[in-house]
Amino acid sequence: MLRLEARPAPSQAASMLSPLLALAVTVAIGIALFALLGKDPARGLAMFFVEPFRGAYAVSELCVKATPLMLIGLGLAVCYRANVWNIGAEGQFVLGAIAATWVALGATPDTGRWIVVPILLAGALGGMAWAAVVAFLRDRASASEILVSLMLVYVAVQLLNWLVYGAWKDPAGYNFPQTITFLDPTKIPRLFTGLRVNIGFVIALVSVGAFWLYLFRAFGGFRMQVGGLAAAAARYAGFSSRRALWTALLVSGGMSGLAGALEVAGPVGQLTPYVPAGYGFAAIIVAFVGRLHPVGILFSSLLMSLFYLGGEYAQSRLGLPKSITGVFQGVLLFSLLASDTLIHYRVRWQPAHPKHAAPAKDA
Amino acid sequence: MTTSTRRNVLRGTALGSIALAAALAGCSKKEEAAPAAPSTSAAAAPASAASGPLKVAFVYIGPVGDHGWSFAHDNGRKALEKELGAQVQTTAVEKVPESADAERVFRDLAAQGNTLIFGTSFGYMEPMVKAAADNKGVHFEHATGYKTADNLRTYDSRTYEGAYMAGVVAGGMTKSNVIGVVGSVPIPEVIRNIDSYTLGAQSVNPKVKVRVVWVNEWFNPPKETEGAQSLIDGGADVLLQNTDSSAVLQTAEKNGKYAFGWDSDMSAIGPKAHLASAAINWAPYYVKAAKEAIDGTWKTGKSWWGVKEGAIDLVSISDKVPADLKARVDQVKAGLKDGSFSIWKGPIKDNTGKEVLKDGQVADDAFLGGIKFFVAGVDAPVPGAK
Amino acid sequence: METYALLLAATLNAGTVLAIAGLGLLVNERAGVVNLGAEGMMLVAAIAGFATAVHTGSDWLAFGAGAVAGAVMAAAFGLLVIWLNTNQYATGLALSLFGNGFSAFVGIGYVQEHLATRPHFAVPLLGDLPFVGPALFRQHPMVYLAVVLAVALTWFLYRSRAGLVLRAVGESPESAQALGYPVRRIRLLAVVCGGALCGVAGAYLSVIYTPLWVEDMVSGKGWIALALTTFATWRPMRVLLGAYLFGGVTMLQFHLQAEGVALSSQLLTMLPYLATIGVLVLISRNPAWIRANMPASLGKPFFPGG
Repeated sequence: MLRLEARPAPSQAASMLSPLLALAVTVAIGIALFALLGKDPARGLAMFFVEPFRGAYAVSELCVKATPLMLIGLGLAVCYRANVWNIGAEGQFVLGAIAATWVALGATPDTGRWIVVPILLAGALGGMAWAAVVAFLRDRASASEILVSLMLVYVAVQLLNWLVYGAWKDPAGYNFPQTITFLDPTKIPRLFTGLRVNIGFVIALVSVGAFWLYLFRAFGGFRMQVGGLAAAAARYAGFSSRRALWTALLVSGGMSGLAGALEVAGPVGQLTPYVPAGYGFAAIIVAFVGRLHPVGILFSSLLMSLFYLGGEYAQSRLGLPKSITGVFQGVLLFSLLASDTLIHYRVRWQPAHPKHAAPAKDA
Repeated sequence: MTTSTRRNVLRGTALGSIALAAALAGCSKKEEAAPAAPSTSAAAAPASAASGPLKVAFVYIGPVGDHGWSFAHDNGRKALEKELGAQVQTTAVEKVPESADAERVFRDLAAQGNTLIFGTSFGYMEPMVKAAADNKGVHFEHATGYKTADNLRTYDSRTYEGAYMAGVVAGGMTKSNVIGVVGSVPIPEVIRNIDSYTLGAQSVNPKVKVRVVWVNEWFNPPKETEGAQSLIDGGADVLLQNTDSSAVLQTAEKNGKYAFGWDSDMSAIGPKAHLASAAINWAPYYVKAAKEAIDGTWKTGKSWWGVKEGAIDLVSISDKVPADLKARVDQVKAGLKDGSFSIWKGPIKDNTGKEVLKDGQVADDAFLGGIKFFVAGVDAPVPGAK
Repeated sequence: METYALLLAATLNAGTVLAIAGLGLLVNERAGVVNLGAEGMMLVAAIAGFATAVHTGSDWLAFGAGAVAGAVMAAAFGLLVIWLNTNQYATGLALSLFGNGFSAFVGIGYVQEHLATRPHFAVPLLGDLPFVGPALFRQHPMVYLAVVLAVALTWFLYRSRAGLVLRAVGESPESAQALGYPVRRIRLLAVVCGGALCGVAGAYLSVIYTPLWVEDMVSGKGWIALALTTFATWRPMRVLLGAYLFGGVTMLQFHLQAEGVALSSQLLTMLPYLATIGVLVLISRNPAWIRANMPASLGKPFFPGG
């Protein structure tokens, strides 16, 4: 029978190969699915792995979609490494969008381009404020951050609705729930004319680097991770787990809020009830697939975007239902998690007799 | 350390793949410019329609299987295929959220060679405006919107006529004189529908009162069930919904009350509760639009089709409805078809007592488009009203 | 007066789905495993239950099918999490994602289907009592089963040997193993049972509560159920309380809307969520109390053999 045997040290080769193995498994299941649905498997796979790269517009869209996932994912990685389970990134994203809108609505056609900075700052602060509620309730009342952050998502959505259906409704908008289209000075600068990718993507890339430095080179990052993972040891070393809690939530709230601001002042250009697009939840997956590592998150956000875009192309070009995107993502995640086991374990074939010890071998 | 080696390898892979993507982008950029050109010139020259079937695309907000809004649009698409056969080739993309994703889908469909694209939800407005600006050779049609351009026009169905007729039936069938509406989101169309339902009920039963609950979503079957239940518990015995599933009808069935189908014919779903369905039929409009695109006679504008054009109807009226009530509905239908009957004709007061339409005054489309009030008889505040 | 009786009845009904799913997740978490895939499991169980009801006409078979669907998905999850020690949170999310897509995919053919008229239930004699009759005794048997389940689980966890072992596994799997218990198998059993219960909740949703199938019909109830186990500080009766609290405030806010109360409907829609946070804060005022209830090994992987 097959046995799992712990490796003396994590295998580097497996670390590299595991995502490829997961991809291979997903592709195999994909081929089976396409064949079952009567579509050409090669074309089906091309939708997901080739189409999203065809042309500058497609690649730009990939980046546009990946930006919020990357930003939120980075924030969540910090949070999860501190053992704080923030499930409410979506709510923090919405609050960031609301705060950014508040600033953007104050712009006139003559306002300078500098207004983009307070818009983004407001977004980050809005997200932080919403996360601070979670931190406060966990700090003072020991209320589970899982529950509070999740409930606050629904509250945030209703708050958004209340604003766009009421006070912030565009008076010239035929009574439809949306704000005015933001004026030109507030638009997030784009990188190339005609393409939607904007400086948000650059901010995301820079954040990857910044977070890597924070988590793996800065003492503050080290302290936060220990504070979260081993409260007793942290206390002994003088690290505050309370500080870790607040840092984790404020950072992830700020990143989510920033993503919200970029989304609302960037590709969308106004506040609508559809701002909660599910990025906050998708980013949780991005964070884990990226193994809570900034560079990993860079890739996993692009990969997730690939799957979303691929799903759209599969629909419009092959007539496949949208639900297969969810199936693919789920299968990919499962396979990735399963093949990651190979990093720490070795698969061995052993006869049922327990007395037989496998000779220890190093990778 | 192992981490730094791994990092280096990952960095190398990253640079490599970015380089690869850039190379692909560079190579295929020219390819992308090419497909856009033929579609622009094809639509401009009507004679070239002979070069192939008209490629028509539909973008839906929900799943086609929702038995509601998107389902009705997809039925229209299928009818279009049946009617025009080899002259058209249709594509549909479902569950496209009204967010930044929508613009990409529209641009992509245009780049794919579709020259007639229907966006079936209000929230697609800005994305369509942007996509239309960059794809002058493609005809864009936006349902329930209000912004137009040379190659962007709007279309809608007078669902309020269906709501009015349902109201007539409700007013006649209610025993408690309290009828209810499970509202989705408080946009003008829904408020107008609630008002029309009320006016219809009052036309046969002046004592009737209307209650409203808001689910604040278009689609959430468990919540719709709960909303319907609370209306029933509060005394309403005939329910209308503006939400996208058949949950309200099911709840009425369970409680032995009456309800209506909405967006599509739901008579099979709640046999005992179903009184009639206000079914939208998009087929006539889709066929007209496609023919115009093929003939080259497509022009911008705003279309708002109702019973007269066959876009909305009250169908599958149950046998439980007495003959005289049915006759009244038929009367309304005939009046709407030949234009002799107006639903929104004064005197009409709102539920704060203010007169909104004077005696004999007939509302025009501008008035109807801007309804922000509830008429007298609706026992609820308008959400977001100042 | 009658309105309050009906409100109570509606509360019980609205809370049942949450209660059953919440109790299933509680069993999971008592063994130390967090299953974030509740929503996905409930969706797959909902379509399984609905399809069974359409083909066989039997509600109870449908519940069974839902339980099996939930159990199978939970087993897959359990194998990954318990034997391969994958990250519990990520694996649960994957399960949710997969369940969402898979149920939508499989259910495409069932959207136009409908079930025969749902039967009425009332407890004989008790159902006719004034006020309490309509309030409490005219519900589907599953509503009463939820209460029985909560009581049974309380007894099981705190009065039975097996329950003690389960709690031990959740508190300290290493000690349990040292005592000779097959920790991994017990955890798997807990996960599968929890999945089966989530499955029953999902099937109840699509067969009785809102008898139809459309994709994504669970609409977030799985996540609420997850939140409720935390709210309930892992005690079964509190899961029931939380479920009824949430269901009750939801019905109350609809009731207020129907009465024409001049509060914004969005504010009213927020109420159940705010109420849940509020009550949680009140309950959690004693931090030592929370920690004493949370299974110490919750979410952490277990490596037999040290």
